[in-house]
Amino acid sequence: MSKKNVSIIVFPGSNCDRDLSVSIQKYLNVKVSYVWHNDSKIENYEMIFLPGGFSFGDYLRAGVIATKSPAIHEVIKYAKKGFPIIGICNGFQILTECNLLKGTLLKNNNQLFKCENTHLKVENKESIFSKNLKKKVVEFPIAHAQGNFYTTPDSLKELEDNNQIIFKYSSKNGNINKESNPNGSLNNIAGIINKKKNILGMMPHPERAVDKFGSQDGILFFKGLGELL
Amino acid sequence: MKEISKKIISDHGLSKEEYLLIKKILKRKPNLLELGIFSVMWSEHCSYKSTKKWLKTLPTKGENVICGPGENAGIIDIGEEDALVFKMESHNHPSFIEPYQGAATGVGGIMRDVFTMGARPIANLNSLRFGSPKHSKTKNLLSGVVKGIGDYGNCVGIPTVGGECFFHESYNNNILVNAMCVGLVKKNKIFYSIAKGVGNPIIYVGSKTGRDGIHGATMASAEFDDNSESNRPQVQVGDPFMEKLLLESCQELMKEDAIIAIQDMGAAGLTSSSFEMASKGSCGVRLNLEKVPCREKNMTPYEIMLSETQERMLMIVKPSKKKITFEIFKKWGLDAQEIGKITDTGNMEIFFEKKIVGKLPIKPLADSSPEYDRPAKKPAKKKFKSVTCNLSIQEALIKIISSPNHSSKKWIFNQYDKLVMCDTLFFSEQADAAVIRVHNSNKAIAITCDCNPIYCNSDPKLGAAIGVAESWRNLIATGADPIAITDNLNFGNPEKEEIMFQIKEAINGIGIACKALNYPVVSGNVSLYNETNQKSIFPTPVIGGVGLIKDLSKATSMKINKNDSIFLVGECKGHLELSEYNRACNNNEGKPPELDLKKELRNGRFIRNFIQENNNIVSGCHDISEGGLIIALAELAISNKKGIKVKTPDHVKNYERWYFSEDQARYLLIVKNDKKLNEIAKIKNIKVQKVGEVKGNSFSIINKFEIPIKKLINYNNAWFNNYIEK
Repeated sequence: MSKKNVSIIVFPGSNCDRDLSVSIQKYLNVKVSYVWHNDSKIENYEMIFLPGGFSFGDYLRAGVIATKSPAIHEVIKYAKKGFPIIGICNGFQILTECNLLKGTLLKNNNQLFKCENTHLKVENKESIFSKNLKKKVVEFPIAHAQGNFYTTPDSLKELEDNNQIIFKYSSKNGNINKESNPNGSLNNIAGIINKKKNILGMMPHPERAVDKFGSQDGILFFKGLGELL
Repeated sequence: MKEISKKIISDHGLSKEEYLLIKKILKRKPNLLELGIFSVMWSEHCSYKSTKKWLKTLPTKGENVICGPGENAGIIDIGEEDALVFKMESHNHPSFIEPYQGAATGVGGIMRDVFTMGARPIANLNSLRFGSPKHSKTKNLLSGVVKGIGDYGNCVGIPTVGGECFFHESYNNNILVNAMCVGLVKKNKIFYSIAKGVGNPIIYVGSKTGRDGIHGATMASAEFDDNSESNRPQVQVGDPFMEKLLLESCQELMKEDAIIAIQDMGAAGLTSSSFEMASKGSCGVRLNLEKVPCREKNMTPYEIMLSETQERMLMIVKPSKKKITFEIFKKWGLDAQEIGKITDTGNMEIFFEKKIVGKLPIKPLADSSPEYDRPAKKPAKKKFKSVTCNLSIQEALIKIISSPNHSSKKWIFNQYDKLVMCDTLFFSEQADAAVIRVHNSNKAIAITCDCNPIYCNSDPKLGAAIGVAESWRNLIATGADPIAITDNLNFGNPEKEEIMFQIKEAINGIGIACKALNYPVVSGNVSLYNETNQKSIFPTPVIGGVGLIKDLSKATSMKINKNDSIFLVGECKGHLELSEYNRACNNNEGKPPELDLKKELRNGRFIRNFIQENNNIVSGCHDISEGGLIIALAELAISNKKGIKVKTPDHVKNYERWYFSEDQARYLLIVKNDKKLNEIAKIKNIKVQKVGEVKGNSFSIINKFEIPIKKLINYNNAWFNNYIEK
């Protein structure tokens, strides 16, 4: 059987595209294609990734200019058809900016970029993205200046009622408290899905947790995605 | 045309003698544009006129050196097809005036130096010096510099993996921001800046030229006074997104066999990049300045030639590849223009709207660039009284680890993306040197920056040599083979005899240590005139060392595991002068510790070989430097959040000397098997002794004191958090 295809959308300021591709190729056993943001056709769409980075420098709101790229119009089309879409870090910011996901990512509450390891409690173990994680708490690093998730009380309730919250920043043991919140995110939210449950956005980087020198929980994440294909 | 008055000459930082030399070279008076070009080319920053004579004495060759000083950056061979390109550069003056942009553009500049040579940057480091934390400007400068460094590197997507940060009042009005970048390149894909081929087009690419930074190089070559902050317009503004576009587009173009020569427009902008490329290729160059993309209207040739707008590159391409060149830059949304051609006239001919506005002979200008042997004088020896120290070991330990210079720098490091590119095995705070995997391979490189200005101020030669040795040890402690260094020499005004003495001595010290350790200097930078109102900084020759770990599974960090034994490798001689301990007691005088380079080599080789050959029993390694044995032990406990029981050997009489002396050539080696280490050390005739065990939840010296590990960590974290939040 020929290998399945997944795409990574590349913006001029993306900088986790290679990192993501390395992990995907290693743990998903698929063919990875880079899709340039200016391309108006995505041909390999069994799964689409939006990588981390600074899509267009992000001097304005992170991810906002990226929503104007032709490739994003394609992403929206496939998202509506129900294909799995995963946005990590800047990818998450872009997904909220083009309204594929609820909420917005504000500046971190201390106004500074933050890079550190975080523990994440897996809140929803049934989603297609998290059902194979097999762990209550996973450890992925974060690296962002705008990761402070915020949404209105109504849409927060909706996220909760529909079980759309996938990851929350937590302690090592899974306690969700202020100390384990690195950026001021509402209710410690680190990753969510859409109502149709085919789009995931998350600030932490699973592709940075696949090496024996640090956490290896990212391997579980990617292997789990592999089972969707 | 404006008459060249004495004032104009001195405003350009040129001496009377230099002006006469210009007239001699041109065989006429220069016009303002030409004077401006001479002034930047002959500025200290670009010409190294005060230090050149001494820099020539440094060892720059070695079996692994592919390219030494003189190019954009140095290059070393790391086996197979791979080479490393690296350099350190200062952005001291601009960072004091505008900390965020000054530091950001410093990072941008050094990365361009590296990727200009065909390399992809894989790691950034920085070496920072600030004034006393109590000084009114320090907090603002610290915040701005750290944010500037972080925002720039984070956006481009290059991990900032290590560095140092040191506070001292001598930097109150002259902070130091030295940025180092390391890049990876295939040996057969290295690009140089030697222009070739008459008629070949000169292509300009990147940001549009603006009026920012005009005379930045001249500013960086003068002392500050109270009005220096009015120099703000001379500080450039950084655009990391533009840098990312330049990086990616250049990498793409470099695959096309299109580029003959390439150079970034750094200090002195278009002037030095075009001049240096032509000079290296012994050819002429004709520039049509009206073709240069400009950000502002009505820019004059003078402004265009001297602008230091960031994120610009100049390249000579093969005429047959012009089309693909422009296509690639268009894809990345960059402004690219053909602004001139290579000629055989040997002159730099500058045209503006079809009229010639400047003409300078390249070779004579380059050859007669001034080189000074400035007078130097050893300062008179000061007599000092030593003060007795009344601090107990526990008090001194706590005082040191909670002091600004030794407290945890997490607040800084967490603002840097240390992990992007996914090849960071260890960053600062995890190991003595940052360790980065060579992508897609089984090898790794180790990188560190070091300097102890306290030692250098007392004895610049010995202090600088110790800086070299310390960087070498930091690489050794990760299991690496040290290969080469880059240096960043920060001093005051070289026109003063005592400062010139420091410069000569420090360069001499670096040379001696590098020769002995077979550790050549492949690139570097000099920053002089770090003075304000006649007060100079402490001499600060920063050493950036790079080493290779052939098998990355042997990369060693500061890790300790429960029940491990901790051994001291090397001898304690009890040198306390200038130590952290003495300084904690306000005893600031004396000499640095002795440096025995033969012993450094012996002990270092032992450690390196032990890590390589007995890796299964080694948990970690840590060199002993500022603060001595007890601080090194406490650092292990803090970074691992594990208790250590320290036992004082029976022969020790003087506890202060044993625990706080800063004798050189020493390491802590953490092993799982005492017997094996003792056996091998005996065969190799290396002095090792057990000093502690990893046990429990507190840090203690048996029969002396015990501090719960959580409390120790709090002491270490408190200062920075309090300082920033206040």
